[in-house]
Amino acid sequence: MRTGASTFAEGVDLSLYIIAGISVFFLVGITAVMIYFVFRYNKKRNPKATNIEGNNTLEVVWTVIPTILVMIMFYYGWMGYKPMREVPDDAIVIEAHAQMWKFSFQYPDGKITDTLVVPVNRHVKLNLHSRDVLHSLFIPAFRLKEDMVPGGNNYLWFNPNLEGRYDILCAEYCGQLHSFMLSSVTVVSDADYQNWLTSAPSTSDEHPGLAVLKQNACLTCHSQDGSKIIGPSFKGIYGKTEMVETDGVEREIVIDSAYIARSIKDPNADIVKGYMKGLMVSYEGVVTDEQIADIVDYIKNLK
Amino acid sequence: MTSTALNLNYLQVKKGIFSWIFSVDHKRIGLLYLYSLITFFLVGATLGVLMRLELLNPGKDLFEAQTYNQIFTMHGVIMIFLFIIPSIPAVFGNFFLPIMLGTDDVSFPRLNLLSWWIYIIGAIMALSTLIFGDGPADTGWTFYAPYSVKTGTNVTMSVLAAFVLGFSSILTGLNFIVTIHRLRTPGMTFLKMPLFAWALYATSWIQLLATPIVGITLLMIVAERVFGVGLFDPSIGGDPILYQHLFWIYSHPAVYIMALPAFGIISELLPTFSNRTIFGYKAIAFSSLAIAFVGYFVWGHHMFTSGMSGTARIIYSILTFLVAIPTAIKVFNWVATLYKGSIDVQPPLLYALGFIFQFMIGGLSGVVLGALAADIHLHDTYFVVGHFHYVMFGGTGFAFFGALHYWYPKIWGRMYNKLVANIAFFILFIGFNLLYFPMMVVGLMGMPRRYYDYLPEFHLPNMISTFGSWIVAVGLLLMLGNLIAGFRRKREAIVRNPWGTGITLEWQTLSPPPLANFDRMPVLPQDGPYDFDHKPEIKE
Repeated sequence: MRTGASTFAEGVDLSLYIIAGISVFFLVGITAVMIYFVFRYNKKRNPKATNIEGNNTLEVVWTVIPTILVMIMFYYGWMGYKPMREVPDDAIVIEAHAQMWKFSFQYPDGKITDTLVVPVNRHVKLNLHSRDVLHSLFIPAFRLKEDMVPGGNNYLWFNPNLEGRYDILCAEYCGQLHSFMLSSVTVVSDADYQNWLTSAPSTSDEHPGLAVLKQNACLTCHSQDGSKIIGPSFKGIYGKTEMVETDGVEREIVIDSAYIARSIKDPNADIVKGYMKGLMVSYEGVVTDEQIADIVDYIKNLK
Repeated sequence: MTSTALNLNYLQVKKGIFSWIFSVDHKRIGLLYLYSLITFFLVGATLGVLMRLELLNPGKDLFEAQTYNQIFTMHGVIMIFLFIIPSIPAVFGNFFLPIMLGTDDVSFPRLNLLSWWIYIIGAIMALSTLIFGDGPADTGWTFYAPYSVKTGTNVTMSVLAAFVLGFSSILTGLNFIVTIHRLRTPGMTFLKMPLFAWALYATSWIQLLATPIVGITLLMIVAERVFGVGLFDPSIGGDPILYQHLFWIYSHPAVYIMALPAFGIISELLPTFSNRTIFGYKAIAFSSLAIAFVGYFVWGHHMFTSGMSGTARIIYSILTFLVAIPTAIKVFNWVATLYKGSIDVQPPLLYALGFIFQFMIGGLSGVVLGALAADIHLHDTYFVVGHFHYVMFGGTGFAFFGALHYWYPKIWGRMYNKLVANIAFFILFIGFNLLYFPMMVVGLMGMPRRYYDYLPEFHLPNMISTFGSWIVAVGLLLMLGNLIAGFRRKREAIVRNPWGTGITLEWQTLSPPPLANFDRMPVLPQDGPYDFDHKPEIKE
């Protein structure tokens, strides 16, 4: 297992070691006794069996001992888990969003990132949201996981105690690119965290439309090079004539800015022939009209 | 001896395909199930080997992500609904329950035939998604909402197939309960029933009471997909957690539908090959009922990370640990049955010993998952995949193979090559552990399940696991090939009690049994089903 990097790791690992220890003891012990019996009481050595129908004392012993042991296991499991539900008041609250197949994190001051950066030895709480289907935020190094349920209000918190960069994985199957839904959490010193937080987002000469597409994970399903992923590629799509299905009726349309805007706000209204319905959620309220205009402008030039 | 119908065995009375597929003889129905189950098992196993092949290296090896997701869903649907749920009850329960109870058939023979037909219809529906519609489902066998509501693949048909298959399970359960209550031979009280019958009795109640819940839940998925009712999809007002509760209310007890009959098989194999009475008959019989009962109340442990309240998580964790107790009692009694026996190491016994070892790993890893703190880390990782394959394949699968080797001479009146059977067992045993143990390791390292591709640090365990899958494939082919070759071996006269030490009633009749099961009235051992001190003498 990887080295633990949060305050929970100790409790989780302790419960694992205790249960694994008891388990290995019984597994090895019972298997050894079983193999010994098979040799010792083989019919060559022991041609006449003795019929023993049972032994009440033994039955009681091997009911009581497992009962005590499982209660001990339960206790350590519970103790390791209990602090995970007790969020300290001074925790930094970050909104974690999931959608097919991307995590994003929104900091209290509005900063939005794809990967998480947190200060070492501070309490951090993540409110978990999903835009489409079930996802699960899993940080193996922190021994922590909680499902991200659309419409739900799950949360988790942690106190990272070791600087470094750790994987974040999606643990709940969420469709085609589930295994590619990755992110990371970087644990840094408090000073580095403050610097990072206040640093302006790196200004690039990227087209503003492309920036919006990246930020909303549009490009995981819509390629820019003409290849088919989940939805139609953006390349050369503007001005093209396509067959779409509207309420079960096929019709021909020309792809213009109105169609693009409608596809963002109500993606299941007109489905291009050959593509699946229901896989994209509405981005109404997520993407502004100005941003849609940027997207249209960018796609127009994607020949 | 005149060749009257009485002297013909059940395989000889009639010939032709229709005498099989419309037969109401419980023995023939058992074999119909056996042949269909093995067919689907081989399809499922092939899909499993293909999955392992894709996971041999990180990155794309064979399939696109979407194809892989459909393959693992199909693997799960086939193995769960078409193989492991019906497995032991439908094949060996059908064939041997009436004989072990000393009667000539189940209570409702026609209903029994209908169960098989429903099973076949369900199976055709499930497999039809390979050809018709928008491709087989890509949701995993759990059909979790809202993904199962949104995806464009043919979830509706897969779910309807599982719905139909449920009826087959319910009717078989009903048939067995009535048979056990009404048709035991005179003198056989409940506490003189073989333990296999006890295990089937506990199983049947779960089949009867729990299956309707999943039936309704799956119809709700169809309603959601077709009419957009708003039950599970939050974007139209539903609750995805509700689906998980409804699904696991059935699907956790279903785990005991899969496991309890296997316990029954082991409780038969151990006395026969130890040539002594079972240790703790009542403890084993009643622990089956205890597992069936407590098993109803532990479904929440599938949802420790779903966002259930903290209180619910604690309660489900305690209840989960309680199931471990009757299970441990069974294991202790089985091992004690070997004590001071006169042990004859035959292929079926090897499967029983392999079962105990692997089932312990499966059960103990289940205890790890029942602990809240450990589960938060291990939930939805490969640890879980390793755990349930240890229980289902290493446990129930090995018990199924053990039963097949045990009753083979009784069913067909032939014998397989025992040396080859032993070799096949060891290949299977080694391959199995190589295949599934690394999954638990990679799960501890943090690799989530249902993963088409993985990070480079997970490579080594995945590679070992894939090598293991090849060894398992070789073991399976050798085992089945040996059993099939047994049909063509020169027919030796198989006696009524070929193992010499069988004590339950099926060993008092001919091998294979006549159509009416017994050519003469079976005699019960004086003092309980495993009274080896007063074994009735069996004359040929």
